[in-house]
Amino acid sequence: MIYFALLILVIISYLFYYIGKKRALNLKFNGNIKLSSQPDYFGYYVVLMALIPALLMWFGLLLFKGNFQEMFVMSPILFPDISTWSDGKLGLILNKLNNLSVIVNLPLDDLTNGEKSILNMASENELTAAKNLANFDKIYGWSNLTLFIILPIILGFLATRSISGKLNAQPIVEKIITYIIKGSSYIAILITIGIFLSLVFEAINFFRYVNPVDFFFSTGWNPNRAFVVDASEGFDKDDLENAFGFIPLLTGTLLIATVAMIVAIPLGLMSAIYLAEYASKRVRDIAKPIIEILAGIPTVVYGFFAALSLAPFIKDVGESVGLPVSAESALAAGLAMGVMIIPFVSSLSDDVIKAVPQSLRDGSYALGATRSETIKKVILPAALAGIMGSFLLAVSRAIGETMIVVMAASLRANLTFNPLEPATTITTQIVTSLIGDVEFDNPKTLVAFALGLTLFLMTLLLNILAITIVKKYREKYE
Amino acid sequence: MNSLNKRLSAEKRFQAYGLFAVALSMFFVLILMWKIFSTGSGAFVRTTIEANVFFNPDFIQVNQNSLEKELYRASYVALADEVVRQNHPNLNEEQFIKVREMYTRKFDYQLRDYLLDNPDKIGQSIIMKITASSDLDQIVKGNYPRDVPEAQRKINDYQLSVLDKLTSEGKVSSVFNFWFFTKGDSRDPETAGIWGAVMGSLYALIICFSFAFPIGLLASVYLEEFVKPGKVTDIIEVNINNLAAVPSIVFGLLGLGMLIGVIGLPYQVPLVGGLVLGFMTLPTIIIASRASLRSVPPSIREGALAVGATKMQTVFHHVIPLSLPGTLTGTIIGMAQALGETAPLLMIGMVAFVMEIPGGPLDPATGLPSQIYLWSESAERGFLEKTSAGIMLLLLFLIIMNTAAVLIRRRLEVKW
Repeated sequence: MIYFALLILVIISYLFYYIGKKRALNLKFNGNIKLSSQPDYFGYYVVLMALIPALLMWFGLLLFKGNFQEMFVMSPILFPDISTWSDGKLGLILNKLNNLSVIVNLPLDDLTNGEKSILNMASENELTAAKNLANFDKIYGWSNLTLFIILPIILGFLATRSISGKLNAQPIVEKIITYIIKGSSYIAILITIGIFLSLVFEAINFFRYVNPVDFFFSTGWNPNRAFVVDASEGFDKDDLENAFGFIPLLTGTLLIATVAMIVAIPLGLMSAIYLAEYASKRVRDIAKPIIEILAGIPTVVYGFFAALSLAPFIKDVGESVGLPVSAESALAAGLAMGVMIIPFVSSLSDDVIKAVPQSLRDGSYALGATRSETIKKVILPAALAGIMGSFLLAVSRAIGETMIVVMAASLRANLTFNPLEPATTITTQIVTSLIGDVEFDNPKTLVAFALGLTLFLMTLLLNILAITIVKKYREKYE
Repeated sequence: MNSLNKRLSAEKRFQAYGLFAVALSMFFVLILMWKIFSTGSGAFVRTTIEANVFFNPDFIQVNQNSLEKELYRASYVALADEVVRQNHPNLNEEQFIKVREMYTRKFDYQLRDYLLDNPDKIGQSIIMKITASSDLDQIVKGNYPRDVPEAQRKINDYQLSVLDKLTSEGKVSSVFNFWFFTKGDSRDPETAGIWGAVMGSLYALIICFSFAFPIGLLASVYLEEFVKPGKVTDIIEVNINNLAAVPSIVFGLLGLGMLIGVIGLPYQVPLVGGLVLGFMTLPTIIIASRASLRSVPPSIREGALAVGATKMQTVFHHVIPLSLPGTLTGTIIGMAQALGETAPLLMIGMVAFVMEIPGGPLDPATGLPSQIYLWSESAERGFLEKTSAGIMLLLLFLIIMNTAAVLIRRRLEVKW
């Protein structure tokens, strides 16, 4: 239905463009009226006038569809005790009605046995409500279609009639387009605000259950303790005291990120130096894209590789020299993450190294320094700020990386600094607390937003720091 | 002299470190690719067992005159069992169960699909290649060793002897696994396909493109052409740069909290997935588009303005068309990143078990990377090769997209 409507909308707008332009041309050549804009603009004018109100109203309908639906279906006539229902029950019933509404109007022959038994189990009121819901969907669909067809047609004809010698279409069209353009550029800000608000609101809900001091400073992480408590009965504070301790997640994240940086920084930096300063153009042209492939590989692939090959390999190696290594060691996840970050470090450092003026190198060579001495004593110090900036960006990426740790790191929190032991991360816990569960009414799911907020602020801080450092450095040579 | 030698050998050492770093990084690429291709290639063939199938109307309770709907609804389980009994006569009950396990559990659907295509075969006998179960498939492919004690094998000695007998009769063969490319997910590795996930990702990418491309283009036009640098642009600019570095999982939380929680869009649909990916891709597109707008020389703008074009006409008739190749390149690269992005899909629920192929952006679906994740979490060996094959397909799409981006840049981009 909706795709059909969209198609019709496109056709209508093209038709109106044509009609508006035609009318303008008609006025110009047959009516001998002097137009104040190009004929095209009258076409655009009609299209914009016809579409914008319809699109805005359609968006409004979409936004409030849920509310309308509830008003229509969940009436106190059918469900007298509706005012006493909790949100959870309301959602459950609505879900049931949704399922019922799909089958309630079908002939009995077409139903499978399972569907028939669902129908039989539903009460009379529920069936009526489901029928209402099916009707509502129909009405809603038709009103959408009407909006998409009739409203634009009426508005379009009105706009077409208003075309005359006095109407100056061009400034109006340009004004509207300027607003659209301006609006688009504010969307980036809206997204940031959206991120912040959605994280903060749910995080505040979480902190209603759990004291922020407990969250940030306690060392026990057992979110399942909150799970066994029934959400509707309220929580016993003692149960939650040591359930949501952020510290082991933080140490796990930092441990894995450290392993990753130990791999990525030397390899990335040395590759960048070699490719920028030593390699011939031919080697550079081959090696650089190959290394950059590493950046294009999706992280789920690294995760698969880490869990399937790397972790067992490390375990075997460790056991062969008598070290007890966990199958979900922080080392495996960290190594895979390090490999992923190599091209990130190397391409950022490459840019910085190349930005060092040639005169500095020439000066150093003139004094008799070898190449490596020049690199170590002149280029790297000159590029230091930029390189530090790129390291910080790499750290922020390592902290926010999700799939590798979800697949290769442990789910169990473990307060340790030993990379051979299992460790869990912030992102892993966000994923495990939310998968398959979207009821935001207990701390076990809400904690994801508190963790997300913390993660967001951590990476934001690192990024701002990195950008400031890099900017300062750039000002020196430009 | 001694110190010069020292310095020179230090120089050589340093250069060797560099070379080593480059070689090691390249080695990682190689080993990753090798691992994936060696585990995944098996997914493209599947083992079949040839069998005589007699479409006995008594077992499916249909006849020649049955409607297609009745054929579709009939139960083929009894027929499937009967086919096994006929092809392996004189089995006791225990042996029968073991032999039945050698064929796929979804064997009845295979019979149904055949009969739906050839309804005239009711009451007739044909020879059909029936898909083997995943465990048997793995034995035939050599992924499960045969020479370990029976207790450690999923296929027991009796089944092995039946398999050897079938092999010697020439009834076991490998066929190209079309199902992998045409079917949705399944609980059984031998019938699981990736097409549902591909379509889910496709719808998500279409939504992502239709959101991020126009808005990214217009936003960069506003920032580059229409507004003088000032406080507002600074704020937007800082915003875009920060947005580009926000971890993808946070965008997933935005989708879950805002789009699903507040606005009330449905869970696990490509519409939400596409919007979230669009939010993520937007900064990439804006940054690329701004760079390419900036590279259009001022003389073009001045020329257009000089002959009387308005600002809007200058930008839309001249500057944007000239900058479009750069913008498109950035967009495709951004979309390629979005295609590989898994974490946001996990957050908005596009990781559920979905058998049906989604028909639009509002149907429940998984995405390609989230399907890979789902399969990788499964313990069965059969899903392991599916995972690798899924990764190969994902990488193929990424290569195609990136090549397209490079080609557009080379062919269309104007150098000033």
